[in-house]
Amino acid sequence: MGALQSLPAQPEYIDLAQKTGFSFEQIAILHKRFKQLSRDEETLRRENFSQIPDLACNPIRTQIIEAFFDKRNYHQNDVGMVEEIGFKEFLVVMSHFRPPSHRMTEEQRENVRTEKLRFLFNMHDTDNDGTITLEEYRHVVEELLSRSGALGKETAKGIADAAMLEVASISVGHMEPDEFYEGITFEHFLKLLKGFEIESRMNIRFLNMDTSTLCK
Amino acid sequence: MAVFLRRSSSRAAVTIGVLLLTTSFFIPGASSDNRDAARGGSNGTRGGPGQVLQVEKEQRNSSVHQETHTNSSADHKKPFPVLSFNYDHVRTPFEISLWILLALLMKLGFHIIPRVSHVVPESCLLIVVGLLVGGIIKAIGEKAPVLGYELFFFYLLPPIILDAGYFLPTRHFMDNIGTILVFAVVGTLWNAFFVGGMMYGVCQIEGAQLATVDLLSCLLFGSIVSAVDPVAVLAVFEEIHINELLHILVFGESLLNDAVTVVLYHLFEEFSHAGTVTVVDAFLGVVCFFVVSLGGILFGAIYGLLGAFTSRFTSHTRVIEPLFVFLYSYMAYLSAEVFHLSGIMSLIACGVVMRPYVEANISHKSYTTIKYFLKMWSSVSETLIFIFLGVSTVAGPHAWNWTFVVFTVLVCLVSRVLGVIGLTFLINKFRIVKLTKKDQFIVAYGGLRGAIAFSLGFLVTDSQMKNMFLTAIITVIFFTVFVQGMTIRPLVELLAVKKKKESKRSINEEIHTQFLDHLLTGIEDICGHYGHHHWKDKMNRFNKTYVKRWLIAGERSTEPQLISFYNKLEMKQAIMQVESGSSAKLPTPESSVSMQNVQPKEPVRQRAIPSISKSREQEIRKMLRANLQKTRQRLRSYSRHDLLIEPFEDHVSEARLRKQRAEMGRRMSHYLTVPANRQEVPSVRKVCFEPEHQVFTYDTECPNIQTSRPPDTVRLLTESHQRTNQSAELQELSAKETDIEDQQKVSRCFSDPGPKSDQDRDGSSTS
Repeated sequence: MGALQSLPAQPEYIDLAQKTGFSFEQIAILHKRFKQLSRDEETLRRENFSQIPDLACNPIRTQIIEAFFDKRNYHQNDVGMVEEIGFKEFLVVMSHFRPPSHRMTEEQRENVRTEKLRFLFNMHDTDNDGTITLEEYRHVVEELLSRSGALGKETAKGIADAAMLEVASISVGHMEPDEFYEGITFEHFLKLLKGFEIESRMNIRFLNMDTSTLCK
Repeated sequence: MAVFLRRSSSRAAVTIGVLLLTTSFFIPGASSDNRDAARGGSNGTRGGPGQVLQVEKEQRNSSVHQETHTNSSADHKKPFPVLSFNYDHVRTPFEISLWILLALLMKLGFHIIPRVSHVVPESCLLIVVGLLVGGIIKAIGEKAPVLGYELFFFYLLPPIILDAGYFLPTRHFMDNIGTILVFAVVGTLWNAFFVGGMMYGVCQIEGAQLATVDLLSCLLFGSIVSAVDPVAVLAVFEEIHINELLHILVFGESLLNDAVTVVLYHLFEEFSHAGTVTVVDAFLGVVCFFVVSLGGILFGAIYGLLGAFTSRFTSHTRVIEPLFVFLYSYMAYLSAEVFHLSGIMSLIACGVVMRPYVEANISHKSYTTIKYFLKMWSSVSETLIFIFLGVSTVAGPHAWNWTFVVFTVLVCLVSRVLGVIGLTFLINKFRIVKLTKKDQFIVAYGGLRGAIAFSLGFLVTDSQMKNMFLTAIITVIFFTVFVQGMTIRPLVELLAVKKKKESKRSINEEIHTQFLDHLLTGIEDICGHYGHHHWKDKMNRFNKTYVKRWLIAGERSTEPQLISFYNKLEMKQAIMQVESGSSAKLPTPESSVSMQNVQPKEPVRQRAIPSISKSREQEIRKMLRANLQKTRQRLRSYSRHDLLIEPFEDHVSEARLRKQRAEMGRRMSHYLTVPANRQEVPSVRKVCFEPEHQVFTYDTECPNIQTSRPPDTVRLLTESHQRTNQSAELQELSAKETDIEDQQKVSRCFSDPGPKSDQDRDGSSTS
């Protein structure tokens, strides 16, 4: 703890803090963790993530890991996937999980909510066509139920179908039998999860505490 | 005209209730007179008065000098008493029933008057009724029943707490457990000491005639009056529908502060007898707190696990399932009370622990029974508590001391406000979602006192101060319930506090809730931070691998939560559809979206499908019709042990039922079947079948209905399904197929399917 406090505010930290909204202590802690994960290299690769033991039993670990390498989450209006990321990208992805500050206006809160929902949307929309198709949604549900074996696979289809139906009904309402619902666009996604209060739920507690000694 | 009738009928209800009650007090008065007269005539003859009996006694007295056999002959010549009046031996149950009947008639009356129930919360009205009844009883000169310790704590309070604990929204509760604990423990301690200290200061004021009250008594008083009361909070907050966070904060606080209240109360009681306080005593007090709360929770958890384990084996005796839930919970409460542990926390822990496993094991009917019995008992208890509060106010001996009472009310208010503000300042440092000023105001304003404070006050042994304390406690209770209870609703409107979300849980939200849980756990793991989600995930996994295996019967133990949620949703839709007839709307009401719109269109492939000959089709149709017939026949049987269905079947005419089924079948086939382009078995429904069937199948004459459906029937149906989407026969066939399955589903829904999710008060199941 003492070593951390004596770190000066490095210039790149200032830039990062401005961009992501983290405090200097939080950035320092995350930097330490980054170095731990990357074995003191400059960049992180997918293999580094796969070595986290606790992550192995997570049913959606693939999607989580992919989210880190997805350029859409870097706030640079870029698309595509990368093979390795630096600390800046790591931090930008992490910043999606910051809680909204206490003194935010309604508009800022709305922006935070849109940003978080955009992150979720990107996680579902793997082929980056701007919509979540039925196949992609089915994949999501299958992953969630992936620990239940064969029973899960068939039910997953049914559940995903019912869910898709619900989205279509909420967003479009009335459809002729020969009309076709392409997929969940981002606007429909926003509408769907309007009551979800994601800005209070999708948060991690980035405490000002040195946690890298607690787990691998 | 109708309004007038309604008003007069409610007034009639109230009048009848009051009359009934006063009559009950006249009768014992009358009976006691007669009894004295009878006792004057002969000695030791028990039994009520009666003209015949009295005549008999007089005859016996007059002929006491005669010989015995003329006596006996005189006895033989008497007419047989056709009608006699004996009130005493039914007195106690009669009066109890009468009280409960009065309470319920009052409740009925209030809801018929719409205007009043909007402005005044029910609790206030019931207290007023209690005051009236108490006044009448006092005017008659009878002794009114008092809300004593035993009656309240052993009979009236447990149903309310069990109802609250069983339907506690566990997810919200656990998410905010830190905040709730801080408010409950630290807040109550602060309140107790502040009120006690300030009142001691007030008592030192010259000219208030309060010099006899010493510090320990003041602290005792402070500890009694500082606890937020769950009954009052429930009664008021139920009607204002604020958002879940605030509701669970205030309500959770009112439940968990019981441990603190118990410890403080016993502590100060002991100290005031002993006279001196040492450091060791204070330290022991702290230890006692931990023992009381953790011990209570432990007792509750043990009984909860026992109850869950027992429910695993009840698949053949469904009738007594609800009783297990009630009795295990009550035993948990009483066992905790034996050791002076916190009974309330024990009861809550029992309900919370037991619920997920019991619900997976018991039948749908048992679930409904449990729900309704709990609501019924807690409703009756609550009503009785408030009425008794009113009655005891009028009846009890009072010692009104202006200074003491006024200052008590003021100090209670001030301490609550200061406590909430101070604690929120501390808590907000650790919360992700901070509590705003509006939230703080509601939390402070919602700190109502109630009957627990009153009953505890009754236990104070020093009678001189007891009356004064009781008066002050009653004043505080009245103030909080009346003033705060009545004004909280307009204040909530005024401050535009967020209300409870009225929408039902949708499948999308459930998917995303689960997704978010896993996502946040994953991110925490990547950060290397063992946070809230990490431990929750670990506990879920432990629960799934070890605990569920032991406590849930059959295959339900491996069912993931998403699937059980989806099944419940399906079941609900099916029940809704059948119960409301063909005009029912499924949860996606105004849309005409069906699976055809959602499925991506594929080019029609040329497939070599074996076509079904006409004769085969006829065969299939006959088989289907026969199955329908047999299912309906089976449903007719009824016995108390079988609990098959169904009176429902008798009410509905055949034609209407068939029409309903056809309608539902058609809709279901749109919504739940994956349509024709895919080669898939409609496997969604398979998930529903297995556990329920173990109860249902009694005869083996109809093998088609059982789980191992003859594969060829299924395959043929789906293949014919796939032929074209538009052919009329096909639609009829598919309708019939879904007809059967849905009919089965419906019939299973009415016999013993799994529990369905609750609407109003319960939260999500533990994730």
